[in-house]
Amino acid sequence: MSSNEKKDAIIIKDVTHTYKTETGFLPVIKNLNMSIPENGFTAVVGPSGCGKSTLTKLISGLLLPDEGEVYLSGEKITTPRPTVGMAFQNPVLLEWRSIIKNVMLPLEIVPNKLNLQQKEQRAKQLLSLVGLEGFEEKRPSELSGGMRQRASLCRALVHKPEVLILDEPFGALDAFTREDLWQVMHNLRKEEPFTGILITHDLRESIFLADEVVVLSGRPASKQFFVKVPKSKTPKLESLYTSKSIDMLKSLRKQIEIAQSQQEQNK
Amino acid sequence: MRHFLVPLYAIIIFLVLWELLVWINDWPNYKMASPSDIWPAFWKFKVLFFQYGWDTLWRTVVGLFIAVLCGVFLGMIMGFSKVLREAIYPLLVGFNAIPKATVVPIIALMFVGQHDLNTVLIAFMISFFPIAVSVSIGLSTLEPEYRDILRSLGASKSLIFWKIALPKTLPEFFGALKIAVTLAFIGTNLMEIVSPHGRGLGALFDSGKTNSDYPLMFAVLIALALLGIGLYYVVVVLEKIFAGWAERSTD
Repeated sequence: MSSNEKKDAIIIKDVTHTYKTETGFLPVIKNLNMSIPENGFTAVVGPSGCGKSTLTKLISGLLLPDEGEVYLSGEKITTPRPTVGMAFQNPVLLEWRSIIKNVMLPLEIVPNKLNLQQKEQRAKQLLSLVGLEGFEEKRPSELSGGMRQRASLCRALVHKPEVLILDEPFGALDAFTREDLWQVMHNLRKEEPFTGILITHDLRESIFLADEVVVLSGRPASKQFFVKVPKSKTPKLESLYTSKSIDMLKSLRKQIEIAQSQQEQNK
Repeated sequence: MRHFLVPLYAIIIFLVLWELLVWINDWPNYKMASPSDIWPAFWKFKVLFFQYGWDTLWRTVVGLFIAVLCGVFLGMIMGFSKVLREAIYPLLVGFNAIPKATVVPIIALMFVGQHDLNTVLIAFMISFFPIAVSVSIGLSTLEPEYRDILRSLGASKSLIFWKIALPKTLPEFFGALKIAVTLAFIGTNLMEIVSPHGRGLGALFDSGKTNSDYPLMFAVLIALALLGIGLYYVVVVLEKIFAGWAERSTD
């Protein structure tokens, strides 16, 4: 793929953000620059509490940066935008709605021209894509953790957002379920191309899913290191155990350690 | 069918044991009336039972209705604004801590002779607290991710309230309503017993006392129990309809 010709869907330019707490100012992000090309998928890793979740809020427009700018498809973000889809570690499904009604939620809020039948069809199509066919009318409480997270991914994608923001969506799942969902993500990307940013603590996850992995420095976060990950058309879990992958994981691990010790010092 | 028969048997066994207890001890009816005394007492005053029972019922329901309105309103204020919660909460706790039996004579004097108003007022005052607290807790413990999901889609505050905050609070609300309905019932009867020349089952109970008609007093107790059960199950049915999703199936 000639990714050079694609325009950037997300641009983060010289962004600095500081939280005002009762004890003073807490700088979380400092002079961060990064961009994600259209239909690109970037993973962001870094020490705990380094400002990764703040980054997702800045991209979704829930927070505005103190300094610098965030652009979505060339437009500067000044307010929350309905062209964003989000999924968190907690699937936050609405317990009083069936799975399909949960997936349809964004279509009730974002302006669109679909009628009810089309909305249902769209939700069903996504649910079958993640392997939840036949669970449309179940309640979230009747589903396992992994299935709930699948439904949550469908909800994030149902309104065809420009950007999909994933904040540790697989963090609370057991290892095998997590690997299943990695495959689901690859499926979704193939069938429903999106531009995505994935926050994670799992280095294997980051190189298996993303085209590029960015390591953030300790708080205040800036871009410390990045690596491009070549992708085959049909990624297999075994690819994680090749010497190339293992070298990549080692160097990422090293970078995390550097970031952690830096964060320790800044305390 | 078992659903219905098991409690029925339990009630029958309870009544038989009660009858036996009185019979074995040879208690006179002013010490403890037996179930067999109660039916004649009821039959003698059956018209009054229905008239006064109706008074007690509607007063309780109206008091409860006002308690729901005020409780939900206070709960919303406290749930959405931290400052207002800090301001209102100590007042509410203090108010709730006052035993309502002590407020009864004050209200009775404040609006002398207005039995309906007095009774509804006490029923309301005694029952709005759990509703306000539960709604405020339900709203203030809403996980921020729920809000973020909707806000990131550009939803307005009121849309977030209707789509998420309100339905999510319903199970807590109904839990509190079950407590409130019993409390309101207590409030109604407190006032009815104290008000001179009033109406309602409480007044009937009081007249049983002044006329030394002990079986009548026990009959009133049974009538109150039946009304209380009815009210409680009305709330249970409403809960099933509006918040049935919160009930996990056991299979």
